[in-house]
Amino acid sequence: MSVAVYIAVMAISTYLVRMIPFAFFRKKIKSRFFRSFLYYIPYAVLSAMTIPAIFYSTGSMATAAVGTAVAVALAYMNLPLIVVALAASGTALLVGFII
Amino acid sequence: MKLSFSRGMYHGIPIALGYLSVSFGFGIKAVQSGLSVLAATLISATNLTSAGQAAGVDIIAACGGIIEMILVQLTINIRYSLMALSLSQKLDGSFTAPHRFAAAYGITDEIFAVCSAQKERLRPSYMYGMILVAFLGWVTGTALGAAAGELLPSSLSSAMGIVLYGMFIAIIIPPARKERSVLAAVAAAAGISCLFRYVFTEVSGGFAVIISAVAASVLAALLFPVKDEEAEE
Repeated sequence: MSVAVYIAVMAISTYLVRMIPFAFFRKKIKSRFFRSFLYYIPYAVLSAMTIPAIFYSTGSMATAAVGTAVAVALAYMNLPLIVVALAASGTALLVGFII
Repeated sequence: MKLSFSRGMYHGIPIALGYLSVSFGFGIKAVQSGLSVLAATLISATNLTSAGQAAGVDIIAACGGIIEMILVQLTINIRYSLMALSLSQKLDGSFTAPHRFAAAYGITDEIFAVCSAQKERLRPSYMYGMILVAFLGWVTGTALGAAAGELLPSSLSSAMGIVLYGMFIAIIIPPARKERSVLAAVAAAAGISCLFRYVFTEVSGGFAVIISAVAASVLAALLFPVKDEEAEE
C-alpha cells in the first residue's frame, strides 16, 4: 500500500473527527454513560499507547526505564509538558553515556 | 482585550515552542520507521496531532490495514470530538459554517485548553492566529527532526524516541493524581495493553491500543460515572 494512501486516510479521519461535532452539533450529549466514557478515553488511549511501548522507545530498556521514572516524577509535580518530555529524553541520553 | 488574530498568534507561541521539540521527536521516529522526510512533514501538516500520528506511523511501518488505520485514528482522536463539541458552544456569531470547517482542523489538546480558558466568545481570526503559530512549530519541528535525525549521533536520536511518550505521561499523571477514577482508567488501560504485548501477541498494535482504551474507559465509566459539572467543563 502506498504511503500517500495511508497519509490521506489519516488526515481525513482526523479532520472529520474534529470537524463534524464542531460544525454540526449544537446540543449536549445526554447519556451519562457516554459522557463518562468520553471523559476517560483520552487518558486511557495515552496510557495504552505509552505502556509498555515507552520501555522500547530508546533501544535500551535501562535508559528508557530511568527516563520514564524521571518523567513520572516530574509530571507528578505538575511541571509543563515540554519540561517533562525533554527531561525524560535528556535522562535517557545521560544514562546511555554512563552504562 | 479583543481576541484578534495577533492575540491568537501571541497565545500560540508557548504552544508552538512545546510542539517544536515534541514534533522533532516525531520526525525522528517517523524516519526511523522507514518514512521519508517529506512523508513525515506531510503527516504533521495534515494531521496536527501527536498520539494519532505516532500510532499512524506504527501502522504504516507494520503495513497495517486501512480499516485498522481508520479505527485507530478514530479511537485516539475521539477526544477531539468532545473538545470540538465543547468549543462549538463558545463560538462568536461571526463563526459561520465555512469558518467552522476551517478552524476545526486546528483543534488540538493545547489549542482547546487555551481557547476554553478565554472569557470572551471565540472569533475565527483568534483561532486562526493561534493555529497558524502552532502549525508552524509542529511542521518545522517535524521537518527538522526527520532531516537531522539522520545526522544526529545515534545516542541522541534514540534518546529522542522517548520525547512523545514523555509528553503523554505529562498529560496523564496530573489528572490521575487528582482523581482516582482517572487513575483507575489509566492503570486498567496500561495493564490490558501489557497483556496484548506479552500474552495475546497475535493482536496487532493498533487494535491492541483500541481494545485496551475502550475496555478501560467502559470500566471506568461504569464504576465512576462523571458528575454533571465535570461533563460540562
